[in-house]
Formats: sequence, C-alpha cells, structure tokens
Amino acid sequence: MHKLIFALACCIAALAQAAPYIPASGGQVVETVPRRGDPLQQELRRLRSQLKATPNNLALATTAARRFIALGRSETDPRYLGYAQAALAPWWTQATPPAEVRLLRATLLQSTHHFAPALADLKAVLAADPRNAQAWLTQATVQSVQGDYTAATASCARVSGLSVELVTISCIANIGAMTGKAERSEQLLDLTLTRNANAPVELKVWALTLLAEMAQRRGDGAAAEARFHLALELDPRDSYLQGAYADLLLEQSRSADVLTLLRGQDRIDALLLRRALALQQSGQRNAMQADVKELAARFDAAAQRGDTVHQREQARFELLLRGDAVSALALARKNWAVQKETADIRIYLQAALQARDAGAAKPVMEWVAAHGTEDVVAARLVRRIQAGI
Amino acid sequence: MMRRLVFVLLLCCAALPAQAHKPSDSYLSLDVQDQRISGQWDIALRDLDYAIGLDQDGDGQLTWDEIRARHAAIAAYALEHLRIAADGAACRITPGAQMIDHHTDGAYTALRFDAMCAAPVTMVEIGYRLFADLDPQHKGLLRLTHSGVTSTAIFDPAHAQQRLSLATPDKLQQFAAYVKDGVWHIWIGYDHILFLLSLLLPAVLLAAPANNLRGAFIDVLKVVTAFTLAHSLTLSLASLSLVSLPSRLVESAIAASVVLAAVNNIYPLFRGRRPWAAFGFGLIHGFGFASVLIDLGLPQGALLSSLLGFNLGVEIGQLCIVAAFLPLAYVLRTTRFYRGLLTAGSSLIALVAVIWFAERAFDMQIY
Repeated sequence: MHKLIFALACCIAALAQAAPYIPASGGQVVETVPRRGDPLQQELRRLRSQLKATPNNLALATTAARRFIALGRSETDPRYLGYAQAALAPWWTQATPPAEVRLLRATLLQSTHHFAPALADLKAVLAADPRNAQAWLTQATVQSVQGDYTAATASCARVSGLSVELVTISCIANIGAMTGKAERSEQLLDLTLTRNANAPVELKVWALTLLAEMAQRRGDGAAAEARFHLALELDPRDSYLQGAYADLLLEQSRSADVLTLLRGQDRIDALLLRRALALQQSGQRNAMQADVKELAARFDAAAQRGDTVHQREQARFELLLRGDAVSALALARKNWAVQKETADIRIYLQAALQARDAGAAKPVMEWVAAHGTEDVVAARLVRRIQAGI
Repeated sequence: MMRRLVFVLLLCCAALPAQAHKPSDSYLSLDVQDQRISGQWDIALRDLDYAIGLDQDGDGQLTWDEIRARHAAIAAYALEHLRIAADGAACRITPGAQMIDHHTDGAYTALRFDAMCAAPVTMVEIGYRLFADLDPQHKGLLRLTHSGVTSTAIFDPAHAQQRLSLATPDKLQQFAAYVKDGVWHIWIGYDHILFLLSLLLPAVLLAAPANNLRGAFIDVLKVVTAFTLAHSLTLSLASLSLVSLPSRLVESAIAASVVLAAVNNIYPLFRGRRPWAAFGFGLIHGFGFASVLIDLGLPQGALLSSLLGFNLGVEIGQLCIVAAFLPLAYVLRTTRFYRGLLTAGSSLIALVAVIWFAERAFDMQIY
C-alpha cells in the first residue's frame, strides 16, 4: 500500500513538472536507473573501471565502444553512444587514429547525421584496408541514405567476396529497389534469404525488414505484413522494425493494432509519434493531445541542444498532428538536404501538397523521376501535386 | 478504497508518457545582480548515478533518501566541473539547497548555488566540463539573465570555455515599456477614471466670465496638474521605499476619494478649492500607483527612469481621458442631459465607490 501511494505521488509530481520540488517522503522513488546487479551492467562497469586504469588500451577501448554502440542501438538510447565516444577519447580528436577507432568514429558520427566526416573516416579506413567488409557496408549505408546510389552500389559490390551472401545481396537489393529495379531486387533478396535460412538472426531481421518495406512500396500490404510478422518473431524489440510496421498499419487505418504493437515503447520519439498518429486515427483526442504535448517538449529539448537528427519525424509531427503545413515543409526541406530515403520523399511531397506549394515540391519530384523511385505513396502524391489538387 | 486508488493510479500513469531517450543535457540558469550570481543547475539523476553512484542498494530505484544522502557529493562533483569568472577574476561558488525537477528524459536534481565575484559583473567567463570525460556528447544549456534580459549558450567539450558579455537592456525600450505600463494602469484602473471624471464634470459649468472653453480648460488644467504633482510626489516616495502605507488603507482611501469627489458634484464640499482637493487626493492615489510599480519589479539600475516613465504614462493616460471628455462635455454643458449626468451620474459613481470602500475597508465581497 505504501509503495502504491509513493508511486501515485511520483506520478502526480511528474505530471506537475512545473517547478523544483521536494519529494513528499524519503522513500519516494524519484527516478529509475540501470540496476547494478544486472549482468550486462556489471560487465559494463568492469569495462569502465579497466578502461579508467588503462585508458590508452586500444583493444579494451574499442571493445567497450562496440558494447556501448550495440546497447545504444538495442535500447535506442543515445546516451550509450556518448559513453562509446568517451571510451575512444584518447584518439577521438586525432587526425589519423588507428583504423578500428576510425571505423567506430564513423559509426558514431553518422548516427548524429555528421555524414561528411563519417565518410572521410570510412574512406581513410578503406584506403588502408580495402578488405574491411564492415567499412564498405557502413559506407554503402551512408551513401544510400544521402542518395548517392552509384557510389553506394560500388560499395556494396566491394562487400561481395568479403562477407556472406545475404549481407551482399541485402546491400545491393536495397540500392536496386531505390533505383528503378524494385521488382528484381525484391525477388533476388527473397530468394537469397530462402537459401540462407541458417544466417544469423540480426541479418535475417535486416533482410526481412527490407523485403517488407519493398512490398509496402509497391502497394502489396499483405506481403509486407507477412514479412514484418516474421521479422518481429525473430526480434520483437527492434525499434526501427516496429516503426516501419506501425507505418504500414497506419496506412491501413489499423490504429488499434498500432497501439498494441507500440505498447510501452513511448520512450522512443519515433514510436511515440506513431502512437500519437494512431490515437488521432482512432479519435482518442485527449490521449493524443497528451502525446502531442510530450512530443512538442521533446522536439523543443532537442532544438535547445541544437540537434537536427529528428527533422523527418518533426516534419511529420507538424504536418499530421499540428496541421502546420508551412512549418512541416520547412523542416522537410532541411531534412531533404541531409537524407533522401523513401520516408523523406513522402513527407516532403505530402507537406508541399498540403502547403499548396508545387514549386517547393519540384526538386523532389525531379529526384523521383530521375532515379525511377518506385513507391505507390510517392507516386500518388506526385500525381496530386501535378494535377494541382 | 484500494481498488479505487489502483484505478486512479492506472489512469494517471497511462496519461504519463515514459521518459524519453535523449542525449544527456544539463540546464544551467544564472542570474546576475551586481557582483552576485545566483544559479540553478538541473542535472539528470541518471547521469549523476553513472558518474558518482546514487543508487545505494543497487535496486535501480532511486529514492529521495538515497539522493538526499548524496547531496554533498553531487554538489562537490558538479561544482568541481564549473568555473565562473567575472572580468578575469574567479567567483567564489557556494552550493545551496537541492530539489527535484523534471525534464523530458526524467528526474533531475536542481542544485542551487551562489557565486560571489570580486566586483560588479560586466563580463562572465564560464568554464564547463561536466561529464566531459564520461559522455562527450553531453551538453550544458545555459540561460543567463541580467536585469530581465536573457541570453543563452550551449556548452560541449569543443566549447567548454565561453565568455558572455552581459546584455544591457535597451534604456529607451525599457523607458517606453514603463510609459506603456503607466498608460495601461490608468486604462484598467476604473477607480482612477471615475475619480477623474468626477473632478472634471463641473469644470465646464463655470460662472461668467469664465464660462467658455478657455475657462473650462484652465480649470481642468489646474485640477489635473494639482493631482499629478501630488501623485508624482507620493509615487516617488513609495517607490524609493521612503514611505510605505498598508495597501488596504490606501485602497480604501482611494475609494473614499471617489465618493467625496462624486458627492461634491451634487452637494458642493470643496467650492472653489477643487484643485486643492485634487492635490490632497492625488497624494493618496500616488501610493496606489506605487504598489503597481513595485509589483512590476523595479530595475535597480534604472529606478529614476522607470519612475519617470511610469509617471509619464499615467499622465498620458489621464490626458487622453481629458481630451476625450472636455470637448464633449463643453458642447453638452447646457443640455438637460448634462445636468442629469452631473447629478444622477455622480450619484451612481458615489454609490459604486461606496461599495468599493466597504469591500476594501472591511475586506468583504459585495459585488
């Protein structure tokens, strides 16, 4: 009973959020932190203390950094990326750090959308070691996000022979699907996945997610759904996967399924955004308003520290949840200067359409035409903009 | 009861989004007054737990007792990583109380502190190294205020040292703001408006040979000038904290002055001495204006200019009323309507003011 009252008091305190306060009682739980007894936390603690004693131990530092990056990904928690950077501190500002540090530095830099320095690091790593499959793969990813498909294809080609078949084909097919070869790319990847049933789980999840998105882009909701399901069975906690599947469900107006899928995942901005959209779709105004308020606070907090990593999500937030097409278009335009994935195309065109600014949509429509982007939603938006609706 | 409580709890937590995953930030607010800088530093408890350990029993649940027990360690750790210097000399920082605050990613300790600098501060130099060794992506978000002007800065390991010259408020803008406040106060101050109107009503009804617009104007000028002189005097005295009267007494006296001014229009109390009466009442109204001005918060550096600005604003507000009233009253002065206004209107004003007086003097709610 006591615990319950404390929890209640805690909730009320958190809801108020107005001014600094003194908790009502000493036993009140104010914050939750990682449990010290947790085996993973124990291991991280051990790594940290070893690293503190020998900060220049390269093997130890890169191991720690890799662990933190993996944890940051699985938890979708950027604080771990900061810890990873801290482990690499002795080399971080060096012009030419050791290759393994450089690769990790590139990974961390691209996670905060610092694509140019990330590519510079990858280029240097590959110049010294052309057989570094991970570096080629990371480079292909960055190039593809930026829309440099020729370079990305070349990077993927270099992966073949250095890594397993499924990695190579996933890499190639992902680019192919963006450059007018969607059908063949999807078939190739599907076939490769079937042939590699024993591939590691994370690889299979990656391939299945790509396949599901490809099916979604050509308007085959059933195939997309089946693949999302298979992927989620393998890794139900992958937040990118959850977000992608939620988008499909939102397209199909299945808001109840979105709410079930995303339960307890509102820590992650991208997933909270999708929950708010689902609440909007199902007409739950009050719950939606609470999420909108929370999202606004989070975007404000990011803006205060000068972050621009979530501009795509923020554009979606402004357009769909706040109905502010002008702000959404401004954000989508800034986002477009940095990344050019299908989701970036969609939000840009949608914002331009809603803002009735066909001129603003021109560069993206030209892009779609030039690269043969195959996406039913983008195609529909282009048609509507051209028709002036 | 228990089930009901559980229900309430579920409802309340359902509405409460989980704490966001975001990069680490701290929020540093500094307010500079002369040579003293008062600060509040919000630092995430999660970051502090990672840095110095707060969770004593390791159960992942940080209780207020566990945090409170580490206040000294938190203050020492945080202030070790902050350097504040003013005009080249380091300021001495003393930690104060700590409370809990919330940001989008969870609970923070709100550490209060004071920094004493050697001389009045014109340029602050801040060295910020909090968590630089643990999380280089951590940022310190600074909000610096001085005389109501705010400036901001972002600290990270690449920008750990920053100099901020204190933005001095735009003098003219500040003066204009006080003029506006003065005008606004007259506009929303019904008691002042009614008082003024009561004094003005008879101004157009002078006996010959002054029974013309010029005579009326001179009469109004005398009344308004006397009132202004008086209220400027007490307003200044009260704003400078040289004289202070209980607000209940002042507010009641203002209501009483409205009653007297209105009654005077029905039954002459002051005869030809209306300017003198205006002066006497002006003394009281000045205290009323002063309470508004004090509520607005007087900037230490610009006391005189703000006083002048507010007075000017009050004056402009009054003149606007006079300018709108006098020509109209002069044209209407021979009509039965105006005679009626003088008696019935004044009676109404007196009645309203009596109610105000009762409310203010006896602290009760009538209307």
